[in-house]
Amino acid sequence: MSTRLATQGRLIDRSKPIEFTFNGTRMTGYAGDTLASALLANDQLLVGRSFKYHRPRGLVASGAEEPNALVGLGTGDRFEPNQRATTTELFSGLSAQSQNHWPSLEFDVGVVNNKLARFLPAGFYYKMFIHPKPFWKHVYEPIIRKSAGLGQAPDRELKDADTYEHFYYFCDVLVIGGGVAGLQAALVAAKSGAKVLVLEQNAHWGGRAPVDGGTIDGDYPEAWVEQTLAELSAMENVTLRNRCMGAGVYDHGYALGYERLTDHAPGQGGPRHRMWRIRAKQIVTATGAIERPLSFAGNDVPGVMLAAAMRDYVVNWGATPGKRVLVATNNDDAYRTALTLHAAGIEVVRVLDTRETGGGALMEEVRALGIRVECGRGIAKVKDGKCVTRVAICAQNGQGGAQEEVEADAVAMSGGWSPVVHLWSHCGGKLTWDDAQAHFRPDPARPPLGADGAGFVVAAGSANGPLGLGAVLSDAAEAGAKAAAAAGFKAEAKPAAGVAQDEAPMQPVWLMPARAEIDLRMKAWLDFQNDVKVSDVQLAAREGFESVEHTKRYTTLGMATDQGKLSNINGLAVLADSLGSEIPQVGTTTFRPPYHPISMGAIGGEARGEIFQPLRKTPMHDWHDANGADWEPVGHWRRPYAFVRAGESVKEAVSREILNTRQNVGLLDASTLGKLIVKGPDAGRFLDMMYTNMMSTLKVGKCRYGLMCSENGFLSDDGVVARIDEETWLCHTTTGGADRIHAHMEEWLQTEWWDWKVYVANVTEQLAQVAVVGPKARMLLEKLNAEAGGGMDVSKEALPFMEWKDGEIGGFKCRAYRISFSGELSYEIAVPASQGQAFWDALMAAGAEFGVMPYGTECLHVMRAEKGFIMIGDETDGTVIPQDLGLNWAISKKKEDFIGKRAQQRSHMVDPDRWQLVGLETLDGAVLPDGAYAVGSGVNANGQKNTIGRVTSTYHSPTLGKGIAMGLVKHGPKRMGEVIEFPGTDGTVYKAKIVDPVFYDKEGEKQNV
Amino acid sequence: MLILECPYCGVKAEETELHAGGEAHLKRFGPGSSDDEFHDYLFMRENPKGVHFERWRHVTGCGKWFHAARCTMTLEVFGTYTAQTSAPPQEIRDAITAKRPGWSWREFE
Ligand SMILES: [Zn+2]
Repeated sequence: MSTRLATQGRLIDRSKPIEFTFNGTRMTGYAGDTLASALLANDQLLVGRSFKYHRPRGLVASGAEEPNALVGLGTGDRFEPNQRATTTELFSGLSAQSQNHWPSLEFDVGVVNNKLARFLPAGFYYKMFIHPKPFWKHVYEPIIRKSAGLGQAPDRELKDADTYEHFYYFCDVLVIGGGVAGLQAALVAAKSGAKVLVLEQNAHWGGRAPVDGGTIDGDYPEAWVEQTLAELSAMENVTLRNRCMGAGVYDHGYALGYERLTDHAPGQGGPRHRMWRIRAKQIVTATGAIERPLSFAGNDVPGVMLAAAMRDYVVNWGATPGKRVLVATNNDDAYRTALTLHAAGIEVVRVLDTRETGGGALMEEVRALGIRVECGRGIAKVKDGKCVTRVAICAQNGQGGAQEEVEADAVAMSGGWSPVVHLWSHCGGKLTWDDAQAHFRPDPARPPLGADGAGFVVAAGSANGPLGLGAVLSDAAEAGAKAAAAAGFKAEAKPAAGVAQDEAPMQPVWLMPARAEIDLRMKAWLDFQNDVKVSDVQLAAREGFESVEHTKRYTTLGMATDQGKLSNINGLAVLADSLGSEIPQVGTTTFRPPYHPISMGAIGGEARGEIFQPLRKTPMHDWHDANGADWEPVGHWRRPYAFVRAGESVKEAVSREILNTRQNVGLLDASTLGKLIVKGPDAGRFLDMMYTNMMSTLKVGKCRYGLMCSENGFLSDDGVVARIDEETWLCHTTTGGADRIHAHMEEWLQTEWWDWKVYVANVTEQLAQVAVVGPKARMLLEKLNAEAGGGMDVSKEALPFMEWKDGEIGGFKCRAYRISFSGELSYEIAVPASQGQAFWDALMAAGAEFGVMPYGTECLHVMRAEKGFIMIGDETDGTVIPQDLGLNWAISKKKEDFIGKRAQQRSHMVDPDRWQLVGLETLDGAVLPDGAYAVGSGVNANGQKNTIGRVTSTYHSPTLGKGIAMGLVKHGPKRMGEVIEFPGTDGTVYKAKIVDPVFYDKEGEKQNV
Repeated sequence: MLILECPYCGVKAEETELHAGGEAHLKRFGPGSSDDEFHDYLFMRENPKGVHFERWRHVTGCGKWFHAARCTMTLEVFGTYTAQTSAPPQEIRDAITAKRPGWSWREFE
């Protein structure tokens, strides 16, 4: 059984007990515990069930590489699935639930999959679920969703109760990793005067060194760590951050740090996580190394653990997975675990060393303690179950014929060490295969390159390959000096003196025993989290998956949330062996950031809720809000969809606004419309290129409706252009198009016609613009002028349709345009933004006797549709040209060139079969469904009915008392009066007659009065 | 997240401040051009593993368009220069030659 030891535990404070719950059971740990060490101390070896076979799983590792101990943490709006017990610091009241089991962790029905393992080989999902197709949706998917999968998604109705933030940082040298290598590199770099930031993912500094022993500068590693930390803390050019993981390295020295501020102390206030967005001249990756498991049958039984992890639990937290431990290794390091266990009073029943000649000095030390060491031997099989009970021992170089069975309650395994090369590799750093250590390490000749073409990442310490304490420190000192020098500082690589026992060469062991039979290989796990076994990778190779990237996806090896930190090299080795190839030839899969999962909250930072993005408000926004505005997002703006009165539905409000505007007078806040001033000696020539129509010939004082296309010929924006003076035009754009069109103009001016003298300014927010619309609009303005004792003459003669004038209305300095998007008598009046609300108030007050009412965007849309005016985004979708919309009248025939002209001559653009704009009217007055497609005769190659058109705009017109619509229909304008069919998604087939798109006031008399 | 120096305002701009504008030095074909010429102008682009010329806009900075010569494989930047030219200036070409002797890109080398 796993338990707490009476001694040891350098990181825990036994005077501070902490209560927590696991699956509802109350347990006690100590301050300094991780959830993993506390579970171990509470005899909770079983922490979860595996993904595919629901096998019982226990802790394998002690850090970020842990594949099994994923739990759901917290409750309610603080619930989070898939959290690693090994990286979760214990706090009072912590509540954890194990995952992936039903109905309980102890008794799980999914374990039946385990019995079916023979029938669930690699690629099973691909092979089995492809056909028959309906089975996937109705049988397989529901079953899989219920019984498989990792953690539960949080409740969709709840919002994360915590806050998060982003933090920007610039430094000369970023050191990722606060073990002895990271601290050594940081010290060397910092002494050169470089600005240094050091990130350590754990709460404590020093990494493995305090556990692994040896001496630094003649003292315990822990003492050196403390002293170095003190030295670094005292330096002004150094910033130290623990609980902050280097998550990713990106182009040109960009890096992300993921700081967990309050995970260990909820309720302390402030943001929970902080995302560091770092720009560093140089990055030192001192990320250490991870021990590899050994692939033997039953290597996933709870109680089988990495040898170094077992050492960590004993030394750091005084917890052990068992009292009778068997050690299996192919290298000297695992002997340190035997020594540690022995010193803690735990029986080491056997050390199995795969090497025929065994190890070096460390082995001798173990033997001297009377511990039995057997060389050339390995594990044939660990007996299945919820914990380790019996272990069968065999010759490593055989097929697994067991020679002996021993009783043990835990197994420590070590397959050698792999440098953590992830951060080195994220941005293109290349690896080299190290035969002696049987691992990939960074190739110093091929680092990630910066803007200057020189490397900007230096690997340090065991992340760079060296494993002995002395070699680690001198490598790290050199890395620190190299990084500082590359950042422009003079550094001296003076390492501390590290002394540890010399180690004998390790022996690569990819399968235990080397020629294990199939029944053993089917129980030898490579990827614990995704349940991938040696036999699965071998099968993939036999089925022709030669590329490591394909094998990964086929078997799911390394695709779980641990991203194959433990399984990668072992899997590669098995694949290489199956292919009869060498490991370096097979290569690794791609290392992608983040190194370890980070929270969505940290990625979003402050950008949530109201400050997700800035909200643009017109000067009259607050008035609208106070007067019933039903808001609609338009770009970053909010516009009133309708002004809803008490007791009225939104739909009723829209109808009321339309009828009132058509009969009396309405006000629209048109301030959001884009307003671009285009000015200069070449402005006319430039606008002739921008618009399909001729703008250079527009007379001063006049307005013209214009269309803009992309170079592809497609309609991109529209609006009214006014000529202000000889050299100045004011171009109105759509609300959503202002910034885009401004950028479009700048692009052409700067990159194509840079010698043309034109200046473009976006003045959209400088002006408040109000559309005064309806038959009584003029009366309203005249009354305002009369009250002010005079003002602009707004008569038909003085200000005719499609003209503009500067002056004063009601005492407000303004520019009034006689333009209409409703078909009514209409003035769009622009005043300085600061006067917007006052002007609006004056209009509302003076308009009371005429029945003035504000109206919103839906009223605007319906009125324009009644008039057959197109709307960018409704009638256009990026594939529509003006010719499709019957807008040939707005395309100049005289101009030699404009943006889009050449494209509109391409064969597909002049195809007479292009769908064209028509009006659509249902036979019974009903409203056509938006976006519905019209079907014609015949079927296409897929047996689907041929489509001959679609609805682009559809409304109920209160003015006409029936449904009206616009649509694009094949040969539409030639088929007036024809009835076509639109099958709706509700099963109803709508019949509509093709009609003229102008439903109301075809002659345009009302706007021209 | 590249860093490119804006040749107009001198700011070493991060990618989030920039807007990518595709390939540089395209020659515009308008009315009067053949179908093939126009097709190539609209759609055909280089996709090199190595030296490339791109358009960028310092969109949240000074707003200016500029050109960048860089290596798509190593992310090395050879230089940035004005957008108001139809060919890479000599000093940019020299900078590339110093790092990538014998390079060529479209008609330039
Ligand atoms: Zn700039």
